[in-house]
Amino acid sequence: MNLNFKHEWIETNIGLMAVLTMLAISVGGLVEIAPLFFIDKTVEKVEGVRPYTPLEQRGRDIYIREGCYTCHSQMIRPFRDEKLRYGHYSLAAESQYDHPFQWGSKRTGPDLARVGGKYSNQWQVQHLVAPRSMVPESVMPNYPWLLTTKLDISDTAARMKALRKVGVPYSLTQAELDANIEKFGETVAKQLHIPDAQKNLVEQANFGNYDGDRSGISEMDALVAYLQVLGTMVDFSKYADDAFVGNR
Amino acid sequence: MSEQKLQSQTVQTTGHAWDGDLQEYNNPLPVWWVYTFYATVIFSIVYWVIYPSWPIGKDWIGGMSKITYVNSEGETKTHSWNTRALLLQDLNKAAAEQKPYFDKVSGMSYAQIAQDPEMNAFILSAGRALFADNCAPCHQAGGQGVVGFFPNLTDDDWLYGGSYDEIHQTLMIGRRGYMPAFGEVLNGDQIDQLANYVAKLSGSGHDAAKAAAGDALFHSETAACFYCHGDDAKGRKDLGAPNLTDNIWLWADVPGASGDEGKIAAIRGVIAGGLNKGVMPAWAGRLSPEQIKVLTVYVHELGGGQ
Ligand code: HEC
Ligand code: HEC
Ligand code: HEC
Repeated sequence: MNLNFKHEWIETNIGLMAVLTMLAISVGGLVEIAPLFFIDKTVEKVEGVRPYTPLEQRGRDIYIREGCYTCHSQMIRPFRDEKLRYGHYSLAAESQYDHPFQWGSKRTGPDLARVGGKYSNQWQVQHLVAPRSMVPESVMPNYPWLLTTKLDISDTAARMKALRKVGVPYSLTQAELDANIEKFGETVAKQLHIPDAQKNLVEQANFGNYDGDRSGISEMDALVAYLQVLGTMVDFSKYADDAFVGNR
Repeated sequence: MSEQKLQSQTVQTTGHAWDGDLQEYNNPLPVWWVYTFYATVIFSIVYWVIYPSWPIGKDWIGGMSKITYVNSEGETKTHSWNTRALLLQDLNKAAAEQKPYFDKVSGMSYAQIAQDPEMNAFILSAGRALFADNCAPCHQAGGQGVVGFFPNLTDDDWLYGGSYDEIHQTLMIGRRGYMPAFGEVLNGDQIDQLANYVAKLSGSGHDAAKAAAGDALFHSETAACFYCHGDDAKGRKDLGAPNLTDNIWLWADVPGASGDEGKIAAIRGVIAGGLNKGVMPAWAGRLSPEQIKVLTVYVHELGGGQ
C-alpha cells in the first residue's frame, strides 16, 4: 500500500477537497449531537407529558404564524432568578413532542414555558387583543384579529399526520390507539386519534370556551388553549427537587 | 523587486508549482500563535478531566469537579458538576441568607409581622417583587385593579374577605365568582326594577316606585338575590358575592357610566348577563408557602386589610 500521502492530491482535486472539508466540519456536530441519541438519560423519565390535542396544536401553529417566538422564549434555564420568576427549569422531556421546539433565545417579553394556568382565559384574551389595557407599559403588539378570525379546522387531520411522520405518536390505526391508551390513558389517547381530529377539536373548543364567545371557534380559542397548557403537564410536586440532577 | 528576491532567499516555498512558475511561500506561523494553540489543547484536556465530557456508551464521564447540595428531603448529596446541581447549591446558599427572614415569617403570627418594623421592610421589598411578577398583570402595579376585570386590592371592600386568613385562603385556592344570568328567568321590567333597587342601595339616582318593586323582587324566591347577596344586600364572603350598598363597583361600570339612566343600564347588564368570568388563579402549586405568606401580608398592607 502506498502511504506516501501528498497534500497536492487534495489541493488539485476540488471534488475531493469539498468532500473532505464537509467531513472535517461535521465532526464537531457529530461529536456533540450524536451521543445524545444513545445516552438514555437525555430525556428525563417523567409522567404526564403528552402530545398536544388538536386544538392546542392548532394554537401552536398560530403562535408560530404570528411570530410570538420572536419575543418569547419557552426555556426556563436552571438559574435562581429564572426559578423565582418562571418556576421549575424546563425539562427535555417537556418538549419531546414539539416540532419544531420553541426554546428560542430572544426575550423581549417573558419566558412562556410555564405560563399555563398563571392567568385566566379572560386575561389572556384581553391581553392578546390589547396588551396595554392589562399591562400599561407593555410593548407587545395587539392581535385583535385572533378574536374575529374563524379557526380553519379543515386540515387538522393532515397537520397531525405530518407530525406523526416526524415521530409524534398521534394514532391512525386501532393498534396505535390501543398503544396510546396504554401509554397516556384513555381520555388523552382518544384526543390523539387522527380520524377523530376535527370532532375532538370542536368538542374541546366548545367545552373550554377559551375566548368567552360561544358562537364559533376563533383562532383565539386555539391560541389560548395552547398557552394554558404550556408547562402544566408535569406535576413537579411528585418529584424531589433533585430528581432530574442525574440527567445532566 | 529586490525585496522580493531577498524574501525568496530566506523563506522556503511549498514546493508546488502551478502554471509553470506559480509558487507559494511557506511562512511559518508566529511563535505566539503556535504556543497559544498548544495552550488551548492543554486547557481542553484539563477541562475534560474537571467537567463532564466524553460519552461512553449510554453514560458519560462526570469529571472530577463535584457539587454538594441539600435536597428537598434534607439529604446532603454530591453530584458531578452540572447546572442543575449548581442551581440547587445556589438555592441552598440563597435560602441560608434569607432563612432568618423566612424562618421569622413562618414563625411569626400576622399581627406580630405587622408590628415588627424590620419585618415590615422585608415584606415590602420581597412582596413588591412577588406582586409585580405574579399579580400586577391583573391587579395592576399598585393593586388598584381594572373595573370590569380585576378587583381593587387597595380599598377596604372585599369580595372574599380582607382578614389575613381570608386573603391567605384566596391566594392558596384561587377564586371564581359565579352569578347566574337572569336575562331569561326574569322579564325586562323586573330586571329594570332590580337595577333601580341596586342603584338606590348604593345611593345613585333611581325611580322610587321601580326600586320598591325591585326591593320586593330582590327578597323574593323568584329572583332570590338575597340568597347570595344577603338580606341586607351587604354580600356574602363565602360566595364572593359583593356588598351592593357601598357604591364600589367591579363588574357594573357604574362610575364610568354617564347619567342615572347609564348607571342603571350598567347594572341591568350584569343582572341580565350574569357573571362567570372573575377567575383568580390558585397559587398554592406555583409559589412556596413562605412566598404566599409574604404576599398575604403585602396585600393586607396595601390599604384595606381587616
Ligand atoms: C414585540 C415583542 C412581542 C411579541 C411579538 C409578542 N409579545 Fe407577548 N409579551 C411581550 C412583552 C414585552 C410582554 C410583557 C408585558 C406584557 O405582559 O404585556 C409580553 C407578555 C406576554 C404574556 C404574559 C407573560 C407573563 O408571564 O406575564 C403572554 C402570555 C404573551 N406575551 C403571549 C404572546 C403571544 C401568544 C404572542 C403572539 C401572538 C406574543 N406574546 C407576541 C412582547 C411580545
Ligand atoms: C388572571 C388574573 C389574576 C391574577 C394573575 C391574580 N388575580 Fe387576584 N383576582 C383576580 C380576579 C378576577 C379576582 C376576583 C375573583 C372573583 O371575581 O370572584 C381576584 C381576587 C383577588 C383577591 C380577593 C379580593 C377580594 O375582594 O376578596 C385577592 C386578595 C387577590 N386577588 C390577590 C391576588 C394576588 C396576591 C395575586 C398574585 C399572587 C393575584 N391576585 C393574581 C384576578 C387575578
Ligand atoms: C348564586 C349567587 C348569586 C345570586 C343568586 C345573585 N348574585 Fe349578584 N353576584 C354574585 C357574585 C358571586 C357576584 C360577584 C362575581 C364576581 O366577582 O366574579 C355578583 C355580582 C353582582 C353585581 C355586580 C357588583 C359589582 O361590583 O359590579 C350586581 C349588581 C349583582 N350581583 C346583583 C344581583 C342581583 C340584582 C341579583 C338578583 C337578581 C343577584 N345579584 C343574584 C352572586 C349572586
